[in-house]
Amino acid sequence: MPRVLGLIAYHVFKESVRDKVLYNLVLFALLMISASYLVGQLTAGQDIKIIKDLGLAAIAVFGLFISVFTGVGLVWKEVDRRSVYNVLVKPVGRQPFILGKFVGLALTLFVNLAAMTMAVYLVLVVMAWVDPGLAKTAVMEAPVVDPRLLSAVWLIYVQLLVVTALALFFSTFSSPMLSAALTFGLYVVGHFNADLAHFENVVESKTAAVVARALYYVLPNLAPFDVKTAVVHGETVAAGYVLLTTGYGLLYAAAVVALAMLVFSRRDFK
Amino acid sequence: MIAIETEGLTKDFPVGFWRPRPYRALDGVTLRVEANEVFGFLGPNGAGKTTTLKLLMRLVYPTAGRIAILGRPAGDPGVQRRIGFLPEAPYFYDYLTAEELLTYFAGLFGIRNPDRRTRVSALLDRVGIGGERRLPLRKFSKGMLQRVGLAQALINDPEVVFLDEPMSGLDPIGRRDVRDIILSLRDRGCTVFFSSHILSDAEALCSRVGMLVGGKMVATGSVSELVAFKVAGWDLVVAGVDPDRLGALGPGVRAVVSMIGGRSALDLAPECEPERVIAAVRDLGGRVVSLNPLRATLEDVFLAQVRASQAASPAGRMMPEG
Repeated sequence: MPRVLGLIAYHVFKESVRDKVLYNLVLFALLMISASYLVGQLTAGQDIKIIKDLGLAAIAVFGLFISVFTGVGLVWKEVDRRSVYNVLVKPVGRQPFILGKFVGLALTLFVNLAAMTMAVYLVLVVMAWVDPGLAKTAVMEAPVVDPRLLSAVWLIYVQLLVVTALALFFSTFSSPMLSAALTFGLYVVGHFNADLAHFENVVESKTAAVVARALYYVLPNLAPFDVKTAVVHGETVAAGYVLLTTGYGLLYAAAVVALAMLVFSRRDFK
Repeated sequence: MIAIETEGLTKDFPVGFWRPRPYRALDGVTLRVEANEVFGFLGPNGAGKTTTLKLLMRLVYPTAGRIAILGRPAGDPGVQRRIGFLPEAPYFYDYLTAEELLTYFAGLFGIRNPDRRTRVSALLDRVGIGGERRLPLRKFSKGMLQRVGLAQALINDPEVVFLDEPMSGLDPIGRRDVRDIILSLRDRGCTVFFSSHILSDAEALCSRVGMLVGGKMVATGSVSELVAFKVAGWDLVVAGVDPDRLGALGPGVRAVVSMIGGRSALDLAPECEPERVIAAVRDLGGRVVSLNPLRATLEDVFLAQVRASQAASPAGRMMPEG
């Protein structure tokens, strides 16, 4: 099974490379370079912070787009074009097929995020090199090349794994358009999920409060993954927090992938 | 040894969104295919051939019935290692080349280099994919994709091969190549199960055929069993009699055609006794030049089965609700 899983995952990665998904990196690099130039012209003292902010936000957005738009087509495209027939009649199994697809996209995202992170650090290094005085002012709050950015990037990655799992799940039974809408919907809801936990404070109906509470547990809670503002301001995110949030994200993604495997293994390919 | 066996295989698909009703795509199909047999699965479009193949491949689950391939249930990983499948109008990952696709699929069977490299190359040669093997599959024509499909179905050197409409989309050369491959598979002891609506292919290749009409098996047997003893009529050529008088020989004479040299060709119905007509011709002072039975072709048998089935169930295949 690990061999089959690895092969399927490798081919998801290969497909994304050949379908030019990694071209986003060029766009990202251009964005960062032009932003650093513009920010240098416009602001005084805040340059580094803005670049960090922009860099992390762009990583999150680019990652989200790759995760959703690649994820929703992963299984649907195979079923729609019937290429799935050739794979599933071989000793592969439907469940490892889904798992392989997930691992492949997780690998694609990892490579993407790693490259984008390196680009952000590179821009920061160049900015500090061009203007050494800038580095001194920035040190007041946080070093220019701050390793703490990595904790924010890591949590963005784990959050994207949850989003990927959701996209993959919807992809096992619905069209890309609907899957993308549902995944984006859950992404947005996921950032306001915490409000559902205290819904009884704003409504009188007990039923509504119970439903809201149930939804709070079922829907993904994505707000804790966003520590961008904290790290940009030089705050250290506790290792325990990162671990706990990572654990939650991985468990949630695993549960959704398991559900996707269940749906897919019961499907008739008409 | 029985290679493929189904018993009472039935598949209903729900039709409609709000109040789905079952549509019976396959109705109690029972068949047996012996090992080392080339079995032709025939039927008109929409008969349920592809559904049967999908059931055998575990791509859809049966509503009822039993399937055994090489003595084990369909979808069993042990069985999947020993079979090959070519879907109808196959589609592959268009970002891969033919060589990469076959290498990928060989990997799924755990075939490693150097065996993998040799096998991929030999198979692509065998199906006639030459220099194109390093082109992305998106540049392939339908016929070339069909050839790649056949190659991938044979990548694991299977004992049983399932081919869904293997000749479709192929030019005459491609069809001849596929026929040769099927025959070579048979010669090396492989069981071939292929669906087709092109009867000449089946007649040329199959040791046995099954006919599926409206989701039901209507006939199974060797081609000779199905067609040999079914005489579609008689072709009688006589001389020395006025053609106008031949037309009055009885209801069995379907047509009389005048030929050169004072001869006439009589088209006799299958139920007609040629001896009686010959005696009548002699009474009229004529003589018999030749008498030939008109053998039914597989197509005649097939068309008769389709017509009979349509007459038997004019209501179609929608099942009652509930």
